[in-house]
Amino acid sequence: MFSVRQLAHAYDGKDVLRVDAWQAEQGAQWLMLGPSGSGKTTLLHVLAGILRPSAGQVTVADQDMMALSPSALDRFRGKHIGIVLQRLHLIDSLTVLNNLLLAQYLAGEAQDAARVCEVLASLDLDDKAHAHPHELSHGQAQRVAVARAVVNKPKLLLADEPTSNLDDARCVQVLDLLLAQARACGATLVIATHDQRIKSRVPNHYELTGVAA
Amino acid sequence: MNLATISFAYLKARRLSTLLNILLLALGVATIVLLLLATTQLDQRMRRDAQGIDLVIGAKGSPMQVILSSIYHLDVPTGNIPYKQALEISKHRMVKKAMPLALGDSYKGARIVGTTHDYLTHYDAKFASGKRWEKVLEVVIGAEVAARTGLKLGDKFHGSHGLGDAGDAHEAHPYVVAGILARGGTVLDRLVICSVESVWAMHADHHEIKDINDIANQMKEEEKEYTALLIQYASPIAAAMLPRYVNNNSAMQAASPAYETARLFSIIGVGVDVLRGFALVLVFSAGLSVFIALYNALNERRYDLAVMRTLGARPRTLMLLLLFEGLLLALIGGVLGIALGHGLAELLGHALKAAQQVSVTGWIWVQTEWWVLALAAGVGVLAALIPAWRAYRTDIAGTLARG
Repeated sequence: MFSVRQLAHAYDGKDVLRVDAWQAEQGAQWLMLGPSGSGKTTLLHVLAGILRPSAGQVTVADQDMMALSPSALDRFRGKHIGIVLQRLHLIDSLTVLNNLLLAQYLAGEAQDAARVCEVLASLDLDDKAHAHPHELSHGQAQRVAVARAVVNKPKLLLADEPTSNLDDARCVQVLDLLLAQARACGATLVIATHDQRIKSRVPNHYELTGVAA
Repeated sequence: MNLATISFAYLKARRLSTLLNILLLALGVATIVLLLLATTQLDQRMRRDAQGIDLVIGAKGSPMQVILSSIYHLDVPTGNIPYKQALEISKHRMVKKAMPLALGDSYKGARIVGTTHDYLTHYDAKFASGKRWEKVLEVVIGAEVAARTGLKLGDKFHGSHGLGDAGDAHEAHPYVVAGILARGGTVLDRLVICSVESVWAMHADHHEIKDINDIANQMKEEEKEYTALLIQYASPIAAAMLPRYVNNNSAMQAASPAYETARLFSIIGVGVDVLRGFALVLVFSAGLSVFIALYNALNERRYDLAVMRTLGARPRTLMLLLLFEGLLLALIGGVLGIALGHGLAELLGHALKAAQQVSVTGWIWVQTEWWVLALAAGVGVLAALIPAWRAYRTDIAGTLARG
């Protein structure tokens, strides 16, 4: 679960984000909607704990994020939050297997090759474990990014515009994948998107309206 | 996965730049190590050969030439000294031990040294086979001479006049190999050694000598000559008195091995300093090159670093990653450079061996090499400092929002 209260963020003296209240149950699946520039990415970064908001309260998995020291926040993020970035950003110098092991290593978890293989298998990537990211198709790379986000069994899974630039068939596949993986590890799922196609598939919606100037 | 494997993966991903950096550093380190090995061994050899010899008395001329010709057998002698005067000095109360040397002939480039049994004892010579010379024309040969010329016990050979290879052969009297020395790492290794009388026998007027074994008694006193005397002092005071006494009261000159070798090293030292400076410039450029490579890599890698932060990496983890990469490069370059330096020293050793000069080997480890490795590691870490600091300050949200 997570909850956000009285959240505000200013950048360069300009308000870019304001959220009065948003609460989600553990395991719930949410879409965060809004036109571009409404602060979707900013809110996602706040939920991910990579951006400290100017004001407000953020609680993820019963942990008050604002109360954590920077270093404890890094640890918490590694262990409990998984992020699928819009541009994926797999590490090209490392193989698929090592990209996933890296996620375990940096989170301070034990490196568990069995768990990595299990996740790769669940995403139909078993034969790509030793490939480098540039050798993968976009679809495969996206699945690796999802695998990396869920390998530590996060409490909160975040995805930034995962379906933009995908055709309808692919769009459905990716969405199914995220829903299935979130369910598999019992994670709360938040998908930030402006893609109207997936609205009907996810029960909970949160609309960001942007900050009135 | 750990910092080392990640660093290694990044180095592998940038093969060319990594190779260039390693090569630069390795060349610098190799040059330093080669100089270190060569000067250390040269110094050791020269010290050992001059050990226990406080003063050399030879004919007037360059004192360094006297030292080079009579202790190291590298240069030609300045001339000969009269037997009578040499004998007087030998009996001086300040002289503990005096070893005469009579030079002038060689065999296939190896010098034939007429001396006494003391000379063998002085260098602690051990026999591989045979024994010391007892009769005139019997010789003992050094290990290197034996290996190079293939002479065996009982073999006869003719010495040639002069110290080069081109002199006329002394056809009248052949030498006989009575003993072969074990390798001792001293100047003896490359000498043919015999009694002074043997050398006299080669050069005396042959018609007057009826029995060559009795040559010492048959030769006229004034015809007898030595080339040099190697002297050991009886007391420290001799150092202040004896050289002056010799220089003022005879036609001979005294040269101090300690002083002359120090002078020689200060001359060689200029060249060594220049080379060492050049090597340091190489190491410094390698450091600069590592810095530029890491700094540029930061730009390519800013998303990687931001992603690592989202995966839970702390700022100091990223900093360590960059430092580790610099260190890894430096250590690979350093170790490679040390290996290369030893290889070059061994090659140099072979080249010098062919020229029958002082021997150098690559198969020794000098303690200072640890410092060279530390220097390389330090350069690597130093080069990575600024990139590491930038990695530490990675702005995750800002970087990700832009891309």
